[in-house]
Order: sequence, then structure tokens, then C-alpha cells
Amino acid sequence: MSKLKVGIVVFPGSNRDHDAQYAMESVMKLETRLIWHKEGSVGDVDAVILPGGFSYGDYLRCGAIARFSPIMTDVVRFAKSGGIVMGICNGFQILAEAGLLPGVLLRNESLKFVCDFINLRVENNQTRFSSQCNQGDVLRVLIAHGDGNYFAEPDTVKRLEDNRQIVFRYCDERGNVTKESSPNGSINNIAGIINEQGNVLGMMPHPENAVEPVMGSSDGRKIFESLVESFVYHSLSA
Amino acid sequence: MSTQTLTETKPEPKVTLELALEHGLTKEEYEKILQILGRVPTYTELGIYSVMWSEHCSYKNSIAMLKTLPRSGGRLLVGAGEENAGLIDIGDGLAVAFKIESHNHPSAVEPYQGAATGVGGIMRDIFTMGARPIASLNSLRFGNLTDKRVKHLFKNVVKGIGDYGNSFGVPTVAGEIYFDDCYRDNPLVNAMAVGIVETNKVAKAIAKGLGNLVLIVGSSTGRDGIHGATFASEEISEASEAKRPSVQVGDPFTEKLLLEATLEAIGQGLIVGIQDMGAAGLTCSSTEMSAKGNSGMEMNLDNVPLREEAMTSYEILLSESQERMLLVVKPENEEAVSKIFRKWDLEVSVIGKVTGGEFVSIYQNGELKAKVPAETLVLGGGAPVYHRETKEPTYLATVKQFDPGTLPIPNDFNAVLLKLLAAPNIANKGWATRQYDSKVRSNTVAEPFSDAAIIRLKGTNKALAVKTDCNGRYVYLNPRRGAQIAVAESARNVVCTGGLPLGITNCLNFGNPYDPEVYWQFKEAVGGIGDACRVFETPVTGGNVSFYNESPDAAVYPTPVIGMVGLVENMRHVTRNYFSNPGDIIILLGKFGEEVGGSEYLYQATGKVIGDAPGLDLNYEKRLQELCLKLIRAGIITSAHDVSEGGLAVSLAESCMGSGQPIGAAIERLPDGIQRLDFALFGESQSRIIITVRLDDLTRTEDMIKSDDIDFTVLGQVTPEPRLIIGKAINIPIESARSAYVNAIPTLMSE
Repeated sequence: MSKLKVGIVVFPGSNRDHDAQYAMESVMKLETRLIWHKEGSVGDVDAVILPGGFSYGDYLRCGAIARFSPIMTDVVRFAKSGGIVMGICNGFQILAEAGLLPGVLLRNESLKFVCDFINLRVENNQTRFSSQCNQGDVLRVLIAHGDGNYFAEPDTVKRLEDNRQIVFRYCDERGNVTKESSPNGSINNIAGIINEQGNVLGMMPHPENAVEPVMGSSDGRKIFESLVESFVYHSLSA
Repeated sequence: MSTQTLTETKPEPKVTLELALEHGLTKEEYEKILQILGRVPTYTELGIYSVMWSEHCSYKNSIAMLKTLPRSGGRLLVGAGEENAGLIDIGDGLAVAFKIESHNHPSAVEPYQGAATGVGGIMRDIFTMGARPIASLNSLRFGNLTDKRVKHLFKNVVKGIGDYGNSFGVPTVAGEIYFDDCYRDNPLVNAMAVGIVETNKVAKAIAKGLGNLVLIVGSSTGRDGIHGATFASEEISEASEAKRPSVQVGDPFTEKLLLEATLEAIGQGLIVGIQDMGAAGLTCSSTEMSAKGNSGMEMNLDNVPLREEAMTSYEILLSESQERMLLVVKPENEEAVSKIFRKWDLEVSVIGKVTGGEFVSIYQNGELKAKVPAETLVLGGGAPVYHRETKEPTYLATVKQFDPGTLPIPNDFNAVLLKLLAAPNIANKGWATRQYDSKVRSNTVAEPFSDAAIIRLKGTNKALAVKTDCNGRYVYLNPRRGAQIAVAESARNVVCTGGLPLGITNCLNFGNPYDPEVYWQFKEAVGGIGDACRVFETPVTGGNVSFYNESPDAAVYPTPVIGMVGLVENMRHVTRNYFSNPGDIIILLGKFGEEVGGSEYLYQATGKVIGDAPGLDLNYEKRLQELCLKLIRAGIITSAHDVSEGGLAVSLAESCMGSGQPIGAAIERLPDGIQRLDFALFGESQSRIIITVRLDDLTRTEDMIKSDDIDFTVLGQVTPEPRLIIGKAINIPIESARSAYVNAIPTLMSE
């Protein structure tokens, strides 16, 4: 199989585009392409990442303007046709605003921006983004956000729970999901979810900032390795 | 867009001596302007001279002193004052640009925007040179954290720094925060930025080439920040609140676009000269660039994109609207440059051209509003230079009368240590630093508030070690030595993380320079920085002077903040400041001291800042640092942490708390001849580093230390049991130390 090609969308105000590119290219050894938000098409990529940052300054609701960027029409098309889309932090907010994922990201309960390493429990390892983890694995990953407080209506949350669409939850070092272990007040400690089809992931933590020991953790690699593995699996079964 | 041609502008006030005085100029300065121009200046010209000759832009009361600092040598590529920031060669075709700047006065009246625009301003100084900012640091001083207003200032300054830097996408990696009553009304907010540039892509702040075009790019111009520079050149008073409109408003999103567009334009070689618009906005950038290029300039203000109606030439020239740059480009490149800035949704407008001669001429509505010789306005040209009167402050004799022997010996050393760990000056600053994105761009190696922050340079095996330092109490007690200590400690911090100190930038925060006692402090402190920098071979690459840091009661402590940049030659040398291997041997490099003057211990015990600053032998300090770096490079050292506020006991406790895993230390051996154990454990004698080595390396380590003739004491061992035990004096669980250390500031902030 030839190298996977990952497109990273650059919105005005994206600031973890380079982090994502470094993780994909220099660490995961994948091919990458930065896609300017004014472009009309994501092109011939295998997966799309919407990176972290403050698109359009996020002076309105986070991600609310970015979803209207020209590129988003094609990102939606790409996702609807089964393409792999991963929204990290601001990218998750944009996916929620664009309706590709349910729910919204509210202001952190503390009303403060938080940058810290946190623990994530793998809730579902049967996804294209988590297959290289064990069920219940605790991953140490960075968060850096002011609006990561996931909220959805009770029936939506129930559906997410029932369909096992919650991939990651905040937890303590030992994997206990407690209120104290949530850095932002998210409902049910939700940190990352997939859509029903399983091809779109949104997560607030930054796996791209946890791919080398020098960064303080390499646990984020498992998420990207899962992504790569899912293509190997899909191409074999195709 | 501009509708000014449709609206009548107000008639201009008549220029008189009184009006000049109101602008902060002196009678002599006004007369000098009359002499230069050979006529009465227009209102616009008066505005131009008043900002350019303000303390903030002209350094008129400090430049004579600053010139005594070592400002060349080593790996310096661009010296102090030559460009927007200093530049140091770090090999591999790369250079590091860095600078620190104050935003004290705006932050005192509008803490959120004041701090935010402080970050924005210093970032522009870096990327104006073509360098990509890779790290942000800040050095902050506030009053006592039990004070309600102080909490408000602290909370909003931190939020302002966080919101700007986080959105802009540069990691905020290090800094320092101190609390002392003297900063109650006049907090210090110093922001430092560090950037990386390929040496062959450095941009210059110059206007040259007859007929080249002058472009304004970035945000449109409004009335915000008019006379910000003049405001920064006065003392804070009750009237300061009325100066709130002098504070600019920051927009990190636009700045991020400006960064990317600017680097793209510079990278493609399309720029002849470029300068950011900070203090004194368009006035400062246009006249400084002209003076530097020995060129003239003609500008038509009708072409400046405005965000408010009916702005006068005076207002446009003095506006400090943020996120703007002035560019000089060749006519044939105008289209390409415009295309880049428009791609990033930024305003771009041709507003003038480079001319021959020496005059900057400014037109509006077809009228000549100002015609001034650029050279007469700028620092190093015609701006005034003053040598101020000095007088040794009378308080010095009083504070030095203190006899430490009169201090009672505490009964419970454990309680003293816990109290020190919870003192806001020593306690963990995570409440603030967790609000900063310290990891964006994935280059940050060490955690915030380790001895120095480490930023790796991807594509090389090198890293930068960066740190700011200044203990204002020491400088207050002994300006010269206190300033030497600030340089020494910042270098020591860099060395402890595995870096070789390369150069400094400084932010000199002082009171009113017209007060001879304040000026004495200033002169002594600058002398002290010079002494230390010459010994450490770390040239001063530039910086900033902030005078008039006073409030109704008194001046702040003289606070010359040092921003140090060092180079870690090999990522293998990166050294943590905490213990991680039980069984490692703990060694104190340096002498056992018992100096308590100006210490946090003394302050906690007496409520006073008294005594003399700790002693410092610069040559010994240098040899100590060289030894530490040699041991690190030899791969022997497993941790290194300098001894500073709170003394030996606090440093040991900090090293036990760093790793997150349960670990402790048992110190059995203290040297003979200690007079006062409390002074030995909590005193703040300088030139000391706690290192750990593996047991197998002990003999080799001792030999290396001895051959370098540095004092040392083998103190004890790292233990798996999480307790700190120091002889019979101290025995506490690390968990209680951590609890005191971590909870102190959050508790104060939630009260």
C-alpha cells in the first residue's frame, strides 16, 4: 500500500496545523498536505484533519464561522461519502458546528483556559481511531482549551452511550471516571466521540502533542496508529 | 473605510509653550523644536515631537547609562538598538531573535488589554525581523495577594497573557511572578518573546531606495492608544484611570494573520524594510526607518485605512492601534506583496514613497500637515540625552542596620518550611501557568517553572534554554549587587537545564528618573548588569526601560528583569530540576552560606525587607556554572536545581515534588561550623546548585569538582520513601509539602 495521505485544513487562526503536520509526517511517516480554507476541494487525500487553534479568532462561538469556510462544503461531502475526518480541539468544535457530530462545546466549567496533561480512558477500541488500544487503556494526553465542556441533550447522550460512540472519557490515573478527573465539566466526562458511521472523530485532547517522549507522552501515537491500521485493514478487505 | 473627506475635521489648537508642556515636553525641549524647525511647529508636529521625545521612545534619561553595557561580541549578529530585537547566531544557519518589553502602565489601568497587547507588541518586534516566534515568557509583579484589587489585576493580567498567546499560537513557556506590597498600584508586566530566523532571511527596519513605496498593512487605524507612549512616561496616579482610552485593544487573530503574511512576504524576498507599529504608531515607524536609511519619506494619510470617522492627521499619526506594520517595497513588488496580505484577509494600502533628503512630509486632504527632519526625532539622532543627578538613597543605611542575630530561632523547622512553600513568592504558580498554552508547536521540552524552559529546534539536535529573573528585594537592598544576582541567577537557571548562556535582554523597571535617589538605583543596577554580563560573556542584545513606576506612596522596588537565552548543544544535555532515581547522591555545589538579608524567610519572620543582598563573587559563580555544565555534558548529572528563594530546604523540597512519582530525600550530613541552622537552611546565599549523580559516579564527580576547585558538600541520598528529612531539623511527608506548595495561590484566589 502506498503512503497514506493526510490533508490538514488551515483556517485563518489555526495554530496546531504545524503540530498535526509534524506528528503525521515526521513521527508517523505519512504524507501530508496543508489545505488552505479557501480551497474548494480536499483533493486526493485519504483522511482529513481539522486542527486546533482559534479559527477566525473564535470571537463568536468557537468554530461557528469556520464551518462556513469554502473548504467545509467539501469536508462535509468527504465525510458523508465515508472519508475519514478527525477534528481535534477547535476542529471538534467546527465538526459540531457543521453538524457532522452531535452536541456542542461550552465554556469550561472553571471559565478558564486549561493547558495540562490529562488521562483518557478508551471506551471503545472497536473504532478506526482506537483499534490499537485495549479497552479501558488509560492514555496520557495534553489538553489546551477554554471551550471543551461537551454538552448534548439527554436523548442524544443516551444515543451516544447506547451506540458506543463515546470513544474517550476523562479519567484519573487509574482509569476511574470521576467528576474531579474532568478538566472542563463535560457531560459524562466525554472527551471524544464518533459519528454513527464511525468515520468522523471529534476530540478535545491533542494526541498530536503526545507522540514522542520529549513531548512528555507518546500515548497519542496509538490513536494515529489505529488510523493507519484501519486503512491497512480496509485495503486488505477491499 | 475612510469617510473623512466627507466630514469636516475639527480646527487644530494653536501651538504654544503651554500646549507643549501639556504634551509632556519641557520648556527647553520646546525651544529646541523651535530651533530645529526654525518656526512654530504645527499641532501635528508637536504631537510627533512629544511622542518621539517621550521617555518611552527616546530613552532620553537612560541611554547614556545603557551605552555602558556590553553590547557586542560573542555570537551577536545584531547589537542592541540596531533593529527591533537583538539577534544571536546559534549555528546551522539559524539565529535567535529575542527581546523583553514592559506594559506596566496600561496593565495598571486595564489589566486584561494591557497585558494582552504587551504580548502582541513584543511578538511583532520578533516577526518584524523575519523570525518566527517560538516562545513567550513573562515576568510579573503584583502587590500582596490578599488585596482584592491585586487579585483583580493578577487574574486579568494572566487572562490577558493567556488569551493573546494561546490564540496567537506561541507557547508561553516560562517566567516568574512575585508579590510585594510596593507593586500594589503599579504592577509590572514584562513580556518577552523569542524567535528563530534563518540568518540570510533577516529583515531590516529601514527605508531606502528613492521611489520605493511605503505600505501600511494589517489592521485599520483607530483612535485607540493615542499618546500611549506619553502615558507610559508618567507616574500612575488617580488621574490614570482617565487614561484608560490610552490603552490599546489587542486582536490576536489579526496578529496571527499578520505573522503568517509578514513571514511569507519576507521569505519571498519582497521586502526592503519593515517595522511594526508599537509605541507612537505610524510616527515612530516612519521616522525611525527614514532616519536609519538616511532617506526622506512622503506620506498621504488619506490612504491610511481608518476604522473611525473624521480622524485628524494628529490622531492618525499618534494612534497605537495594534497589529499594524509599515513596509517599504520596490514598486515592481507591490502587487505581489499586496496579494499575500489580501490572501490573509488583511488591509494593505500604499501610503507614500521614499524620497531624497531628510524630511518626513505628511499630507492630508491635500494639505501639508507636518514636515520634520527624521534624524532630529530619533534615539541616537536629535532626541534629547540627559545625564540625571544621583544621590544614594537614605533608606539604605536604615535597612542595613539590621542585625540578624536578634532574630529568634524557630522551634519548629517543619512549620517554617511549610510556610515558605506556601508563600506566594515561592509557591507553585500553576494557577497562572495552566492558563497558558505552553505546548503549542510541540517544541516545549521542560514544564513551565522548571529552572529554565527548553524549546527544541526541530530539524537540529539543539534546543534553546530561556528564563527571566529578578529578585527586586535584593536590588532594593543593594542595587548593584542585586542586578548582578539577577544576571547570575538567570545564567545559573539556563546552565542547570543544560544550556550555555548566550546573551540577555533586559527590562529595567524603575521609579521617576528625576528623583536622584531613583536614578542612583538605576545607575547602580545598570552598572551591576554590565559587571555580570562582562564576566558571563553574555552581551546585552537590547531591551526596554520603564521609568515612572510609582504610585501615590513610593516607587516600586528597582526591578531590572533579565531575560536570558542559552543554547543546549545537544538534546541529550537537557536536565530536569527534580529527583527521579532513588539511590542517587545529592550534592551541593558551592558554599554553605547563612545569609538571610532580603530573604523570604526574613520577610515571613519580620514582615520586612531588610539586611543586605546576599554576597556574590562573579568569577566564582562563573566557574561554578562552567563546572555544572561540564558535569551535565559528561552525562553524569541526573538533576540540577539552583538554590534561590527559600534557600536550601525549599530547593530540596521542590526537587522532591517535581516528578509526580513518590520520591524523597534524606540529608544526613550538614557541614561543621554552622552558626544558625535556620539561616543555613532558609538563607539565600548565592552561587549554589543542588545536583544528583548516580552512586557509581560519585568518585568521578568528586574528582571533577575538586579539580575545578569548587566547594561542595555531599548532602545525602534520594529515597524511595516520599519524605524530606534534613538532619534532626526537618522531617515532613512530601505530600504535605506539595499540598502547601500547590494549594497556596488557588486558595488565596478563591477567598
